[in-house]
Amino acid sequence: MNDNTKGRIQLIFLRVVVYSILVFLSLLCIFFFYLMVVNATRSNAELAKGFTLIPSGNFFTNLKNAWNDSSINIPRGMLNSLIIALATAVLTTYFSALTAYGVHVYDFKGKKLVFTFIMAIMMIPAQVSALGFVQLMNKLHLNNSFIPLIIPGIAAPVVFFYMKQYMESVLPLDVINAARVDGSSEFRTFNTIVLPMIKPAIAVQMIFSFVSSWNNYFVPALLLDKAELKTVPIMIAQLRSADYSKFDMGKVYMFILLAILPVLITYIILSKSIIKGVTSGSVKG
Amino acid sequence: MKDQLKPGKLKSVSYAKWGYIFIIPFFVVYIGFTLIPQFLTLYNSLFENYRVGLNQIGPNYVGLENYKALFTAQSDGTILILKYTANTMIMWLMGAVPQFVIALLLAVFFTSARLNIKGQGFFKTVIYMPNLIMAAAFSMLIFTLFSKVGPIQLFLEQQGIIDHSFDFFAYRISVRSMVAFMNFLMWFGNTTIVLMAGIMGIDQSIFESATIDGANAWKVFFRITLPLLMPIFVYCLITAMIGGIQMFDVPQVLTKGNGLPNETTRTLVMYLNGYLGGKNYGMAGAISVIIFIMTGVLGGVVYKMLSAQYKEKTSAPKYHRKLQRGKEA
Repeated sequence: MNDNTKGRIQLIFLRVVVYSILVFLSLLCIFFFYLMVVNATRSNAELAKGFTLIPSGNFFTNLKNAWNDSSINIPRGMLNSLIIALATAVLTTYFSALTAYGVHVYDFKGKKLVFTFIMAIMMIPAQVSALGFVQLMNKLHLNNSFIPLIIPGIAAPVVFFYMKQYMESVLPLDVINAARVDGSSEFRTFNTIVLPMIKPAIAVQMIFSFVSSWNNYFVPALLLDKAELKTVPIMIAQLRSADYSKFDMGKVYMFILLAILPVLITYIILSKSIIKGVTSGSVKG
Repeated sequence: MKDQLKPGKLKSVSYAKWGYIFIIPFFVVYIGFTLIPQFLTLYNSLFENYRVGLNQIGPNYVGLENYKALFTAQSDGTILILKYTANTMIMWLMGAVPQFVIALLLAVFFTSARLNIKGQGFFKTVIYMPNLIMAAAFSMLIFTLFSKVGPIQLFLEQQGIIDHSFDFFAYRISVRSMVAFMNFLMWFGNTTIVLMAGIMGIDQSIFESATIDGANAWKVFFRITLPLLMPIFVYCLITAMIGGIQMFDVPQVLTKGNGLPNETTRTLVMYLNGYLGGKNYGMAGAISVIIFIMTGVLGGVVYKMLSAQYKEKTSAPKYHRKLQRGKEA
């Protein structure tokens, strides 16, 4: 009895501590972004007065100023980023699924080697081939083009690995055999039967590849130097290089807000499936 | 064609060629956009090839001279690549230590049946959010907030804590802390979720029998949870380290590519980026190869762990998410 009450008090104490830690960390994650949104609603004069957590009324003025800025063409940047990120997301998921399907379903000579190879190259970062990549693209006159930012998405070892594991858990080979008996061609089976079956994996990987493409800075910054082709991260870095002290600070916060807004909105809508995607690749059932 | 001739022998028909056809796009693109560039990079590292003003020097074959130059001490005795490697690792550690300690703690909290934490969905959603934020934009935001005309400087001035001559970007410790803090904030949620999945993958009956045998929470954590979680923990740590070696966006934007103050926050990839921007392809190639070797060694460990796990085919959680995001840290 005495032990029981002691244990209960201990548990209550522990819970208070744990919830406090959780609330603190959550606030930490939100604080800077909240401050950014608040500051995006304040005019330059208001911002100069000091720090507050209460929004002001200049949101649309700042939005208009940022949107129409002459040196940083943010609507164009967002459009460029959107085109690249959407195209990358579609190509990456489709071809990763296709490659995974090829390795998963068919028995061919060297299949093991193919799998081992893709696993082995998985951890090689893009930066280490950036030099040769940029040189090659320059030679092919593909710098200042979106092609080198989109097409390489077709070979995405990590997405391949995810798809392969997903197929192992949800794709029975009988289904494919049944489709063959019905006279479906291999390619058609993949497009009309397999793709719908792995929809959840496609959706999750589309989100992740969209986000990483949208946020990608290193390679695009090396390739794109025409103003009208620049993507959002390049523009943000440009903002940093400009003499910010002469800037309308309300506008600067608005630029940053616009840069992360599409991803933020996507996340707010789809956070459940995104977290699920992080948790497990082999979603069972 | 064949299967129309022998419909009865459907199963023996070879579909092997389709396997090849389906993996062709991957390999064509991989070879064209990654493998050839990789060899070109290696090739470049053996040539002197740079500009002095308007004069182009090279490309001339110089053997391993670029590597030698890379490891030659400056007039003040520092070897730049070692300095930048140290910068990178120090800033990575400053963020990774709290990242892993807190992630482990949270993972234990979230999975504890006794604590029975409510609102897990909400907490997980919030702590994972910074992982998806554009690193360049987050860095720009932190810069703006801490800059001389930013609200934090202003607030501290108004409180009389600092005077106007104070500058957050003049101190090594403060800039490094900002970089580490951002990396921590962007990654601890991700690590929490992966470790949590790892703990949930452990056979629950082990915990039950340990509790029945009278083991307290500490004992359960150190004797059962931690040892069984170790493979996943090490895996996370190594992939995080690979991500750490690639640290670029955050310090680049935060310090305008200068590694303020006094190059103490310049990372390896910032060093590489400097040579790429300056079109010194020989040196850029040599640095790339060094980074390749560093990530290659760590990547080899990851590969071993993955293939071991893959062979076992246990219900252990998979780690691709961490893998994918690793490259952006």
